[in-house]
Amino acid sequence: MSDKPKFAMYWAASCGGCEIAVLNIHEKILDVDANFDVVFWPVAMDAKYKDVEAMEDGSILLTLFNGGIRNDENEHIAKLLRRKSKILVAFGSCANEGCIPGLANLSSTNEIFDTYYETVSTDNPAHIRPQYRYQMPEGEIQIPVMYPVLKTLDQVVDVDYYMPGCPPESHQIAAVIDLVVQVLQGKAELPPKGTVIGAGGSTVCDECNRKRNVKTITSFKRIFGQPIDPELCLLEQGIPCNGIATRSGCNARCPTAGAQCIGCYGPAEGVVDYGARLITGFASVIESKDPDQIDAILDGIPDPTGQFYRFNLAGSLLKAGKPAWKRNGGNGNK
Amino acid sequence: MNNEQFEPTIIGFTCNWCSYRAADLAGTARMKYPPNIRLIRLMCSGRLDPTFVFKALTGGADGVMITGCHPGECHYLEQNYKALRRFHLIRRTLKGLGVEPERVKLVWASAAEGVKFTNEVKNFVEEIRALGPLNWGGVGGNGHPIAAPITEEVPA
Repeated sequence: MSDKPKFAMYWAASCGGCEIAVLNIHEKILDVDANFDVVFWPVAMDAKYKDVEAMEDGSILLTLFNGGIRNDENEHIAKLLRRKSKILVAFGSCANEGCIPGLANLSSTNEIFDTYYETVSTDNPAHIRPQYRYQMPEGEIQIPVMYPVLKTLDQVVDVDYYMPGCPPESHQIAAVIDLVVQVLQGKAELPPKGTVIGAGGSTVCDECNRKRNVKTITSFKRIFGQPIDPELCLLEQGIPCNGIATRSGCNARCPTAGAQCIGCYGPAEGVVDYGARLITGFASVIESKDPDQIDAILDGIPDPTGQFYRFNLAGSLLKAGKPAWKRNGGNGNK
Repeated sequence: MNNEQFEPTIIGFTCNWCSYRAADLAGTARMKYPPNIRLIRLMCSGRLDPTFVFKALTGGADGVMITGCHPGECHYLEQNYKALRRFHLIRRTLKGLGVEPERVKLVWASAAEGVKFTNEVKNFVEEIRALGPLNWGGVGGNGHPIAAPITEEVPA
């Protein structure tokens, strides 16, 4: 064992994109290796949970935790890593605010299982569902118990820093690693606890180079099916771009490339509820005073919940849809 | 469920210039209306951030009534139209979340319409009573993170 500070990274309910983003920092990854002893990183090296359990409390200097808390295994590891780590970073949108896995909070567990096990693409004539515990001749086997809703990391454990993005941009990850290395060398100080790191404090619009005028929207459009002005603000063209409420830090990649911002960097500084802020913004730019006409304009946003909470549902004020927390709906067993 | 009648909790947002005056008029004229509504005065219905509505619903409210000056009569010219558009979007968003959109209502009341105001409150209380308690997160509205983990088996 070297005496270098220890580093860990874990994935809970996530897609693995965050790990790829970390590897995407190219030769900077050598800085990680030069300055840290990687003790636990399931996607990159072999390690067992019991190895982590055997470590001394607080012995890991830095843990990047990505993924939401979907089941009791996720929660167990979140609590374990919290105990073993000095600095725990909620890394990526899932750990921060639920992200795409958090959209499952619109449905009850039964509805999710119905879709997974009973739809036309699944051949399951006996209607078999997973058992959390099952008695085999050799003894009982168990799988993790799925929770009725996905939670964000800080709804389960205390979090030191937040690093948003789906996934966090590689240049931002490199900057954070640089900072931590400098702190280790005594050349810099850590920001106060609870700070959002690896992102800006403003909105995506602030970094977007498109031209902006007064916004007056008489209809919302999808991004396809009509010509898009390459210079003009997308929202002004009636494309529901979420940049107005989304935290900066990505260099406005999507709007620059001609696609609307979908909000992966989460709420901008000071925003309590991301969707509420978007509702405020969109409602302000619609040019109509007639209730029927407003209704017709709003039909241009076919899925407002998905539009406003694509990344943020689990981290929003409402946190979940009614079927999820009432635990109703769906067929369950047939 | 016991036989006691369900008493909904309703948060009402009023504007300083019209609907709050209407409520005030109802008070001075000693008109009766149900005590289920808790009024919060804003300077204008255009101040109504949808965050307030979601916060009310997660904090234990069963319904939210947004009130303001009649169209064309806003003290700040046209901010009540913003409230109107936000109201539509709030309702659509709640529907997507499986919540009855009728739990949020928009009412215009001028400073002279104390009677209208009390009638709207009476009606809304009955509408929400018919919908039943919201109990967001099943925690009785104390704002805790929802849904404690369950460990029971899902039947196969």
